[in-house]
Amino acid sequence: MWHVLKRIARHGIVSEPAPQAETAWRTEAQAIQGEILAILGRALAIREVDAGSCNGCELEINALNNPYYNIEGLGIRFVASPRHADLLLVTGPVSRHMAVALKRTWEATPAPKLVVAVGDCGRDGGIFGESYASCGRVSNVIPVDVAVPGCPPPPLDILRGILAALNTRPESGDLHTQPF
Amino acid sequence: MHFFGLDCEFTRLDAPLPIYGGLVDAAQWVDLARAVVEAHGRLVSLWGSDWRAAGAGFVVAAAYATGDGLLWAELALDAAAPAYPDIARFFPAANRLQRAAHDLVGIVAEDAPDHRPWLRHGAWPADYFPLRTEHSGQEVFAPQPDDYPFVFVEGDGVHEIPVGPVHAGIIEPGHFRFSVVGEKVLRLEERLGYKHKGIERRFVGMELDAGARLAGRVSGDSTVAYAWAYAMAAESVAAAPVPPRAIWLRALLLERERIANHLGDLGALGNDAAFGFALAQFSRLREDWLRANLDCFGHRLLMDRIVPGGVATDLGAAACTRLRTQIEVMAGEVDALKRIYDDHAGLQDRLVTTGRVTPALAATLGLTGLAGRASGQAADLRADFPWAPYDGLAVVACTHTNGDVAARVAMRFAEIFESLRLIEALLARLPTGDIHAPVAARPDASGAGWIEGWRGEVFVALETDGAGRIARCHCHDPSWQNWPVLEHAVIGNIVPDFPLINKSFNLSYSGQDL
Repeated sequence: MWHVLKRIARHGIVSEPAPQAETAWRTEAQAIQGEILAILGRALAIREVDAGSCNGCELEINALNNPYYNIEGLGIRFVASPRHADLLLVTGPVSRHMAVALKRTWEATPAPKLVVAVGDCGRDGGIFGESYASCGRVSNVIPVDVAVPGCPPPPLDILRGILAALNTRPESGDLHTQPF
Repeated sequence: MHFFGLDCEFTRLDAPLPIYGGLVDAAQWVDLARAVVEAHGRLVSLWGSDWRAAGAGFVVAAAYATGDGLLWAELALDAAAPAYPDIARFFPAANRLQRAAHDLVGIVAEDAPDHRPWLRHGAWPADYFPLRTEHSGQEVFAPQPDDYPFVFVEGDGVHEIPVGPVHAGIIEPGHFRFSVVGEKVLRLEERLGYKHKGIERRFVGMELDAGARLAGRVSGDSTVAYAWAYAMAAESVAAAPVPPRAIWLRALLLERERIANHLGDLGALGNDAAFGFALAQFSRLREDWLRANLDCFGHRLLMDRIVPGGVATDLGAAACTRLRTQIEVMAGEVDALKRIYDDHAGLQDRLVTTGRVTPALAATLGLTGLAGRASGQAADLRADFPWAPYDGLAVVACTHTNGDVAARVAMRFAEIFESLRLIEALLARLPTGDIHAPVAARPDASGAGWIEGWRGEVFVALETDGAGRIARCHCHDPSWQNWPVLEHAVIGNIVPDFPLINKSFNLSYSGQDL
């Protein structure tokens, strides 16, 4: 136990300041403005859904949980169920085998269900594109608010994308009641 | 050359590891499989191809690891009714590979007991085979009924726990069907293929150079291993030499990828045993490691650094110094954390005897790579067939015989220290010179690449068409071999230990779903 405490004391707090939101990555379809932070009281619950990635994006999303980025200190945490989530963080191209699971996850998420697509594949299909097996970009399957470029995007860019989605507010009630 | 007394000629491919290719007939197909299993060899991969466009028929291919190297055996199949003798009776891992070959190419392992689809769920109909030449791969179908017949366990008090495909953490999708009594797992059946995104179809028609980027995204955590295996295959196709400095930098990248993954896994394994301190410490070390990757090589995960003909980025003197300093710091930090792991009774209680795969079971089922070495299977390509630059580094294959989660943790510590030693040696003796030489694709040629990635052996078989473009590229992940063994490792364990056992294997979903 002494060695554990010694190491904790030696390394202290390595967390770095949070980045600015990257509003330029908001997709055109997103007509919502303002700050959802006020609604959510600065507590954001994220459900991560891998819809067909190469797992590179998952490595960088996992890295967000390391002490340097300290996202829990920003009030952001990953949750185990879409029913507990405010925001879906989706990677992929969406494989056709995952399309139903992704839609069901989205349907299970309570409003305002923000969606951030992570990575070039989630943003435009990437190198895998569309085929018999791939639906391509995430917005081909569920509505997307912010799409973060990169292959994979580094943790700070993913965080910027999440903050960009947070800096939005629904005009009224449920954001995504329209069929797609 | 002839192997195992079989009357078929194998010729050595132009590759730095001993890789031999040859054609067999149906009887030899079975005899070869039997001979390899009797000689304690391994099945590396099995895949199908459609060569009707080139005037031939269908082909089934198998790659075996033997004491003499890798044997790539091909069996030509009838164009009208393509079928071949089952080899899953010799190599249990062939079961899913044969089912996948049927889903993609429509070739049948005729006397196999299990014909359930593997990669095909409901996205395309049973009579559509995406790798057949009459299909473009761009066809889109209405979702088909998908009713997978899981093996049903009956008995007093038995119930099922279905998990996935969307899992509760930040992990890849797949379905696990547990049959349990109380907390105890009687049986686990996996269903994978959710991430199938048509990679092998995507390769068809690509230029040789362009294929490297796709190969590097078969499984993101092994991007260096895939990129090197692909580059080796492309250079083998072109019979192209690679500058020595590029080869040494490739090994540097591969060992850095190994350490990055081991650091991440060690933290996650501690965390899964409720030791949060471990996750904080190891994820900090991993982040330090990845930031050095970005600064010295230009990419945190080292994607697209290895290209056919060499590497994309050189390493300056200042970067060399930084990397050398970093390995000293890292060795000290990991050593201190290892002592904390070893002394922590509560942690060891969760790890020792959990998820055990005995060496005998590992040999029977063909457990490979890091998990195989933790169960007494002492295979490591860097030690068994040391190619440049490993031929001058005397790589020690770390092994363990307990085969439990604790052994797989111990393997990761041991391999970190060994890779740090290798990195030090690579940096000290890095040759000067070019880092890239152009690769001119040859038409109608074949080549192969075989690399010991952090998880196990990655294999790439590459064939070009008449124009020198990719006609077929098969990428094989060691997860194919190890996923079925995980089903055995959890038997008799309690359900809450599954995440720990699963993480100790840390297998790729994307790499096997393709």
